[in-house]
Amino acid sequence: MKKKINELKRKIVKVSNRAKEGHIASAFSILDIMWVLYDRILNINPANPEHPDRDVFILSKGHASLALYAVLAEKGFFHDEHLEKFCDFDSMFGGHPDHKKIPGVEASTGSLGHGLPIGVGIALGAKIKKAKNHVFVIIGDGEANEGTIWESALLASHHNLSNLTCIVDYNHSTDRAVLMGDLAAKFKSFGWGSEIVDGHDHEVLYEVLNRKGNKKPLAVIAETTKGRGVNFMENNPEWHHKFPSEDELTQILKELN
Amino acid sequence: MSMRKQFVTTIESLLASDEKMVLLLGDIGVHGFKNAFSSFPDRVYNIGILEQATVGAASGLAMSGFIPVVHTIAPFIIERALEQIKLDFCYQKQGGNFISVGASYDYAALGSTHHCPADVGTLLNIPRMEVVLPGAGDEFDKLFRQAYNNGNPTYFRLSERLNNESYDVEFGKANVVKKGGRATVIAVGTALKNVLEACADLDVTILYYTTVAPFDAETLRKNCASGKILLCEPYYSGALAADIYAALNPKPVIIETSGVPRKFLEAYGKREEHDKVLGLTKEGITDKINKLINI
Repeated sequence: MKKKINELKRKIVKVSNRAKEGHIASAFSILDIMWVLYDRILNINPANPEHPDRDVFILSKGHASLALYAVLAEKGFFHDEHLEKFCDFDSMFGGHPDHKKIPGVEASTGSLGHGLPIGVGIALGAKIKKAKNHVFVIIGDGEANEGTIWESALLASHHNLSNLTCIVDYNHSTDRAVLMGDLAAKFKSFGWGSEIVDGHDHEVLYEVLNRKGNKKPLAVIAETTKGRGVNFMENNPEWHHKFPSEDELTQILKELN
Repeated sequence: MSMRKQFVTTIESLLASDEKMVLLLGDIGVHGFKNAFSSFPDRVYNIGILEQATVGAASGLAMSGFIPVVHTIAPFIIERALEQIKLDFCYQKQGGNFISVGASYDYAALGSTHHCPADVGTLLNIPRMEVVLPGAGDEFDKLFRQAYNNGNPTYFRLSERLNNESYDVEFGKANVVKKGGRATVIAVGTALKNVLEACADLDVTILYYTTVAPFDAETLRKNCASGKILLCEPYYSGALAADIYAALNPKPVIIETSGVPRKFLEAYGKREEHDKVLGLTKEGITDKINKLINI
């Protein structure tokens, strides 16, 4: 599995290097979670991305779009070659994902704190329809500064949205601004189920994300490393929004081999 | 019937006939909708006082095939949740309805926290947003039924004020109330009442706009031979000026305005007291139209 993840990471850095754009470290932080979801959890059909019975995934921290694009391409929602136009003037693929342009993207995100409320609405809609769709949303720990996250936490709990899972990419990038502390306890105090997991351990992620019969909305606090897999990128704030030079690209590709 | 009472009647009726409609109340109007709560428990929510997540969730409901109707006081839905309206509805092309009460300084006694004269001008800056200002209860009913499920985000601005009579209004179209040669008066929503009184004996055209976005440029073009316009708006003055210039371009036009000035209204009292201070009265309009005619 590490081979597949490294392959996706190599694709991401090449795309970023070509476009001179992208939040690579954020993408690497969530790539393991994204892969487990799309490879083993989500009920989706790339040939029919809007099938009404599908599970819904929303990347609320839209700046990590390169992870979503790489995984969607790998799963056949569109051809790899389209990604080569990442951030070009006429590309479908911008710095943040756009659901009116890209098959498989469920919400246009970028401004933080929007994806989880939308996910709450979709989960509520499924409950009204008595449908079985499950909604998964990834938010960042910095994004959890936003009031809408906690407004959403209240709504999801009050309306008993057991069909909603919020995965927090807890890479601690917000520690320098606002300490979020024990996020599992915070969600729990809002009436959610919550669990802390290693956000890079595929089997642990699979176990918690595949769990059936939740009675409450579930917060999965995924402890992650920003820039995971590249030594000089890991937990290095310089790499939050930076594209690799040719030399750096060579170094990164070497590390990811 | 007041706009607020008509709002309840119209929404209850549509909840019964359209199972896609979902009503989200921001902890206001709850008593008025008590029958709807019991008749449609799955589609009527007192969602609470969290406007940003409410609008975001409403967008999620729209994505799931529902037609959300979000209701609270104007500043809390438009100014507090503006980015959610912009991104989650307008940018993402979702359909939904935002219905406010407390137009401009309707809640004069409650102070500036509950005033919202900036709503219309603000929303005119958001592409795809539709903006509707009925002037009477039955006009709300007509306009809402025409637009609520058109797939676009639409703002319905309810007011405690009412015009003296209602018109056969159509979404997206202005009504030609009267034809005359010396100037054109544009009256938006509840501004029509004073306009009719002030212009009763004057040789002017009166156009009544209940939809301001999309703006009905065609009716204006056909009814502005004088090139002189008095723009009467019940919100921050001049919001429609850009649409008017664009509609009449390249014809030169003189625009005089009668609307709420851009300042905080720091006094309390009754809205009529503010009207008087701000010159938003029959007399104020008479002064402005006479000056315009005689330019």
